[in-house]
Amino acid sequence: MTMSKRVMALGFAAITTMSVSLPTAAHRAWILPVSTVLSSEDSWVSFDAAISNDIFHPDYHAMGLDGVQVLGPDGQSVPLQNASKGKHRSTFDLNLKARGTYKIYSAGGGLTARWETEEGERRFWPGRGERPDPEKFKTEVPMDAKSLRISQSSRRLETFVTAGGPTDSALKPTGSGLELQPVTHPNDLYAGETATFRFLIDGEPAVGAEVSVIPGGSRYRNSQEEIKLTTDAKGNIAVTWPQAGMYFLEAEYSDDKAKAPATSRRGSYTATFEVLSL
Amino acid sequence: MFKGVGLSLSLTGLLVSSGVSAQSLTVEMEVPRLDVAEYHRPYVAMWLAAPDNSVAAQLAVLYDLELKDEEGEKWLKDMRQWWRRGGRSLDMPIDGLSGATRGPGKHRFQFDDRVSDLPAGDYRLMVEAAREVGGRELIAIPFQWPPTAPASHAQQGNDELGAVVLELRP
Repeated sequence: MTMSKRVMALGFAAITTMSVSLPTAAHRAWILPVSTVLSSEDSWVSFDAAISNDIFHPDYHAMGLDGVQVLGPDGQSVPLQNASKGKHRSTFDLNLKARGTYKIYSAGGGLTARWETEEGERRFWPGRGERPDPEKFKTEVPMDAKSLRISQSSRRLETFVTAGGPTDSALKPTGSGLELQPVTHPNDLYAGETATFRFLIDGEPAVGAEVSVIPGGSRYRNSQEEIKLTTDAKGNIAVTWPQAGMYFLEAEYSDDKAKAPATSRRGSYTATFEVLSL
Repeated sequence: MFKGVGLSLSLTGLLVSSGVSAQSLTVEMEVPRLDVAEYHRPYVAMWLAAPDNSVAAQLAVLYDLELKDEEGEKWLKDMRQWWRRGGRSLDMPIDGLSGATRGPGKHRFQFDDRVSDLPAGDYRLMVEAAREVGGRELIAIPFQWPPTAPASHAQQGNDELGAVVLELRP
């Protein structure tokens, strides 16, 4: 895959609610809150959203904000304020009017298919760079085609901020795609402590998901200092935070337990966490 | 007859309660004088921590109460340990807990009423200071409650706090 196609695929995944599978490129989509723990009444938080090689270093592509949503502590949707797309990053603000935890997320998924024509040519649905219309899946994908493989894919990108004490109501899993079900609250992370996160695929424990945790600021050191983990039989990982700072978490899962007509399902989940020192 | 019984009971009650309230816990906290271009008085939180780090008693939270729209609360989270251990679940200001910030010098706080119901055990006095455009410092002084003899425990801060002295009286 050429660099430009890779970028297109990533940008596409970030701005639409449907997506083809994320290529395993070094480019990462992320939303970075300026702060995650707030103590004032009626507080405001600013965010950056971008796609880049170096985590949290916006020097490549701004992330489209059309698909970014916010769930407040009362379960209501909260609007983005002052949304703006720059050359290398998008920014927006949130007004935290109520105390509790807010989930900022972008999620999507759908069916993808590939097959071969009778002449042996490879075909994909949706086509490269095309915006998929789920309604057209049945008419555009020949179900009797040679080597037909249909995959159910999901992607989700999240971060969390809390005004006052942490609450759980915004953290409830939707039961669709690969999701994080916090055991340790995502705004209660401290250096030297161990946090437990559970991963779910379509609401069930995602066993054997590959998880990577990378501290921010990688451009100021020689190695990624990546922490690699695999979810256990309950879908859990335990992360001991080496130091305070912002962290990027990336999880990938796949199996063949898809709902028909799909024969495989794939999920990707990424999130930004802030780890504080005590 | 009944009156006599009532009187002696209440007298006993008075003696017991005055015996309890005689126990005292006093903190003397020094705010150092700093030679900096922009000085703000530190925010300070004081609390008693149980061995499992839970808050056994909130003692005092000194912050800027004068700013309009409770804007001073914006920096309460900078007292990171206090915020995590219990500050974040409080709805400030709280009568008897909130207080104004203090400038350089030694300041005494007597907390007898806050420890009158404190169960016997091991505790730490926690004093955490955070200063706008400055740093943050946490001092922990272990002690046993109730005190059996008058005692004084001191620790010296390095940056945002000077000497912190815990005085206990049985």
